[in-house]
Amino acid sequence: MLEIKDICFKSDHKTILDHINLKLDEKKFYVITGPNGSGKSTLAKILMGIVKPDSGKILLNGKDITSLSVDERAKLGLGFAFQQPVRFKGLTVYDLLKIAVNKEISKMEACQILSKVGLCAKEYVDREINASLSGGELKRIEIATVMARNPKIAIFDEPEAGIDLWSFGNLTKVFKDLEIESEGITIVISHQERILQIADEIILLEQGKIRKIGKKEEMFEMIFEKPKCCKEDGERCE
Amino acid sequence: MNDVNEIDKKILKEIEDDSFSDKEVYNIRKNGKSIERKTNPFINIVSKEDNKGIDVYVNENTLLGIVHIPVILTESGLKDVVYNDFHIGKNANVIILAGCGVHNDEHKDTEHDGIHRFFLEENAKVKYIEKHYGEGKGSGKKILNPVTEITMKKGSSMTMDTTQIKGVDDTLRETRGVLEENTTLVINEKILTNETQNAKTIFEIELNGDNASTHVTSRSVATDESYQEFISNITGNSKCYAHVECDAILKEKGRVKAVPEIYAKNVEANLIHEAAIGKIAGEQLVKLMSLGLSEKEAEDVIIKGFLK
Ligand SMILES: Nc1ncnc2c1ncn2[C@@H]1O[C@H](COP(=O)(O)OP(=O)(O)O)[C@@H](O)[C@H]1O
Ligand SMILES: [Mg+2]
Repeated sequence: MLEIKDICFKSDHKTILDHINLKLDEKKFYVITGPNGSGKSTLAKILMGIVKPDSGKILLNGKDITSLSVDERAKLGLGFAFQQPVRFKGLTVYDLLKIAVNKEISKMEACQILSKVGLCAKEYVDREINASLSGGELKRIEIATVMARNPKIAIFDEPEAGIDLWSFGNLTKVFKDLEIESEGITIVISHQERILQIADEIILLEQGKIRKIGKKEEMFEMIFEKPKCCKEDGERCE
Repeated sequence: MNDVNEIDKKILKEIEDDSFSDKEVYNIRKNGKSIERKTNPFINIVSKEDNKGIDVYVNENTLLGIVHIPVILTESGLKDVVYNDFHIGKNANVIILAGCGVHNDEHKDTEHDGIHRFFLEENAKVKYIEKHYGEGKGSGKKILNPVTEITMKKGSSMTMDTTQIKGVDDTLRETRGVLEENTTLVINEKILTNETQNAKTIFEIELNGDNASTHVTSRSVATDESYQEFISNITGNSKCYAHVECDAILKEKGRVKAVPEIYAKNVEANLIHEAAIGKIAGEQLVKLMSLGLSEKEAEDVIIKGFLK
């Protein structure tokens, strides 16, 4: 279980996260959603140890991990796919995947990991992770590096960003499989209805606060703010 | 190889990948003299007077020749100046490997200045790989000042990979190229300096013929208190293309200065220069740490990849 206890974070006197409390359970697929700037990425970075909260605690199965560094958390099984992945001059996709799985793997195995995220693998394993990769390709490689680790707690920050809708259809399947197969906790930050559909629970963040947590049925109305009634008899909404 | 001892073998291993026994064509120079040589019917090596250097002749239409010309310096206090000329015949295709290793256990400075001139005839093709390496416990400096002059006739192409990763205290590297029409010159330079080392590298390239093109990539890492200077001077006199990239990573108190100069003298010339100097990007470190590497391991991976 991952517990987030009273996390607060300010930047330049501006409140970014305001007393966040959450309890996340194994085998569940959580989607965090909410407007731009509501603090979703910041919360994810605090979970991974990239940003230090001003106050509050993070407990992993009862153990306080708030002061652990990024690599220590990675070793405990946390994984994070960045919203904006970084490029590396000189490192190939194959190099990065080997680091991700922390062992020697064959190019065949690297290919298999890549094909999961819809990259025609042979063409990509030896590519450098430099400016020659498109945003969408980079994003999928980023997702692959996290998937390859099979993390106990996997966090994906807007996996849809930069990926065209057509390819994203296939990627949705990867997340669906994750929902079914994963023994761990999956947290996906997303605005995509197709991802929201997979969620066991949806967390709606607004202005640094959790506005509501719930099952998708109850959340959808609130998120998409559809008109409430419109029965056949033509009764007007609200 | 009677004149090659254990230290020599170790140095050769740093600048070459494997043993010489099965090599086609080579010339080993040690402490100012040629000590081993092998040639074949397509490639000949002739000494210049007074051991001042060698002339390498590659016959026209040689299909795929490989020439090794390693240099070893183990005598402290020696200043070795060598003139090596490479005459590459029409349509010939060769790989030339020039490694230079200095071992200095004493207090006197050891210096090797290799002046390499390449004459590429029409449609000749050369891959030139140069590796510089220094070692030894002495306080004497290990100094390497290579000069490379490349003259390219119509249709010829050359790739030069030059690497100086370790142990050279002071270096001034000058590379000059004069390109006729339909030629391509690609230069990849990798430099790592540490402690109080100095490295200065100068590229002067003149693009004289139509469709002459050059791509110079310099990647360097300056650590500790080392200093590097990158100077490039590209002149486009024709309908030509040049792309110069200088990328440097700084660590500790390392300093790097880049002085790019591009001069287009023809309306059809297209010259580009990019330079970026800075420390390792924080996001790169964080990404690798999120994959389980420590900060130090992440740094090493980034630098190793960058200089690969
Ligand atoms: N390092 C930072 N310094 C200053 N402001 C920041 C920093 N990181 C995020 N912010 C601000 O915090 C707010 C939340 O950002 P973010 O967590 O990226 O939101 P979201 O991912 O929900 O779009 C935004 O207003 C953003 O501008
Ligand atoms: Mg975000």
